[in-house]
Amino acid sequence: MNLFKDAGHLFRFAGLFVIAFIAFLVIRGYVVPKSFGKYGHYRAAAIDEIAALPIKYAGHQACETCHTDIATVKGKGMHAHVNCEACHGALAAHANDPASVQPVKPDTAVLCVRCHSASAARPKNFPQIDAAEHSNGVPCETCHNPHSPAIDAGGAK
Amino acid sequence: MSGVEGYMYPNEITLFWSVLIVLYPYITGLVAGAFILASLERIFRVEAVKPTYRLALLTALAFLLDAPLPLQLHLGHPERSPEMYFTPHSTSAMAMFGYVYLWYLMAVLVFEIWLDYRRDIVLKSQQTRGLLRLVYKIMTLGSTNISERALAIDEKAGWIVTLIGIPSAFLLHGYVGFIFGSIKANPWWSSPLMPVVFIFSAMVSGIAGVMLLYMALTKMRGQTIDMRCVDTIAMYMFYIFIIDFSLEMLDLVHRIYEADESFRSLNFMVHTKLFFSQIVVQILLGTLLPLILLFLTQVVKMSEKARKRIYTFSGIMILISVFAMRWNVVIGGQLFSKSFLGYTTYKMTLATREGLLAAIALTILPFLFLWVLLKLLPPWDHEKAHAPAAGD
Repeated sequence: MNLFKDAGHLFRFAGLFVIAFIAFLVIRGYVVPKSFGKYGHYRAAAIDEIAALPIKYAGHQACETCHTDIATVKGKGMHAHVNCEACHGALAAHANDPASVQPVKPDTAVLCVRCHSASAARPKNFPQIDAAEHSNGVPCETCHNPHSPAIDAGGAK
Repeated sequence: MSGVEGYMYPNEITLFWSVLIVLYPYITGLVAGAFILASLERIFRVEAVKPTYRLALLTALAFLLDAPLPLQLHLGHPERSPEMYFTPHSTSAMAMFGYVYLWYLMAVLVFEIWLDYRRDIVLKSQQTRGLLRLVYKIMTLGSTNISERALAIDEKAGWIVTLIGIPSAFLLHGYVGFIFGSIKANPWWSSPLMPVVFIFSAMVSGIAGVMLLYMALTKMRGQTIDMRCVDTIAMYMFYIFIIDFSLEMLDLVHRIYEADESFRSLNFMVHTKLFFSQIVVQILLGTLLPLILLFLTQVVKMSEKARKRIYTFSGIMILISVFAMRWNVVIGGQLFSKSFLGYTTYKMTLATREGLLAAIALTILPFLFLWVLLKLLPPWDHEKAHAPAAGD
């Protein structure tokens, strides 16, 4: 019994740990979302929340329904597999209401160099240019048709 | 692009880990080192370093309280950091470390300090007045039992806690090296030697830090510096520094001999961008110079004044060297491209969340913590109370 009396303060310190642990469990019970861990190490309800977000991209099939002329040109050129919205941006709003939502035409002087400025990280056979040397600020579409850009393929304007 | 040479991938141009991430392993290293110095007296019975025992513990606590702050400032959403505790992922080294940090803070440092100071705390709770009395009363946890038997139990418990504390201190700092060493995509970091090098450099910096603090505080209090104590600390610092330097050289020789695909790029970086911080500051001025000076104090008979000056100078150089080592690891690891074809530049900001001023403030802050701790729990009262009884 004497040991317990003289070591009593150690139990008090241990008690602090027990209180801290209980407080931790209580706080954890409040702050961890209920659906956490249902499928994995994340909040399961997040899936429904993300699914409920409005759709922003229409998909190239939607574009091609109306813009058949461009789809034909594009389908024969080097950009055949580049999705419409990769350059024009998300346009679900335009596809749903073509009359009132008009997309802004991209500035080719800025847009094209995103992919075609010379870089050691790009494959050697990928068309690359030094914009200042190649066109000196003149928009690319002056010479190239963005939907079928190769000049010798009849894409030149 | 300014500051970029050769080819960098776009996400490599700006450094994401700033000076605060340099500061973080530096501070935890000081904690681990200070604790190892305290354990020298407690576990290994190196009686000569006794005057620094309590100071080392308080220093470790002051720096440990400061340690997570650089990380908090670095986080985009610091308010989310407790989630690491609430929903820890078992594959996250950082999440597991959160528990190591808490364990080390509460079960090791605070507990050991409380056990060692319990007698003083109880006496102060009876002698002081006002708010201070209330603070001490809370710190006694309602137990005023300072009978010989109770203190003997404290002594034994403290010994066990220190014994557990040594691997905990190694774990605390070894983890920091582990985080870097296990990033296999970065050849500058990916090395199993990284945790070991971090631990040894931490021990050297912590010991140097406490030695300098002890010398400065003793001088400020108008007391004489216990040269037997400082000589012993310097001796241990010298030995551990030799091991630390050998390990770093072993890592270097291994890299040179292995000469993998990253070697040419890293070698170029060390000779250019990191030349000043690594070759000049870390190795020549911060390691070889103090090693030679400390070696001289071991083999040449010197006056007390000369030894004090050498210890002070070496201690400061060691602190700078270990900081440079952290800098070279953290910043150096982000300066080269993973394509091995280019290099970027770290541009430190001034008055931003992760800028120079924040780093300076977080370096000063642990000294404020220490000042409060020294006021609350003076490490020297113990000496006065026990010196005559010990018959020294």
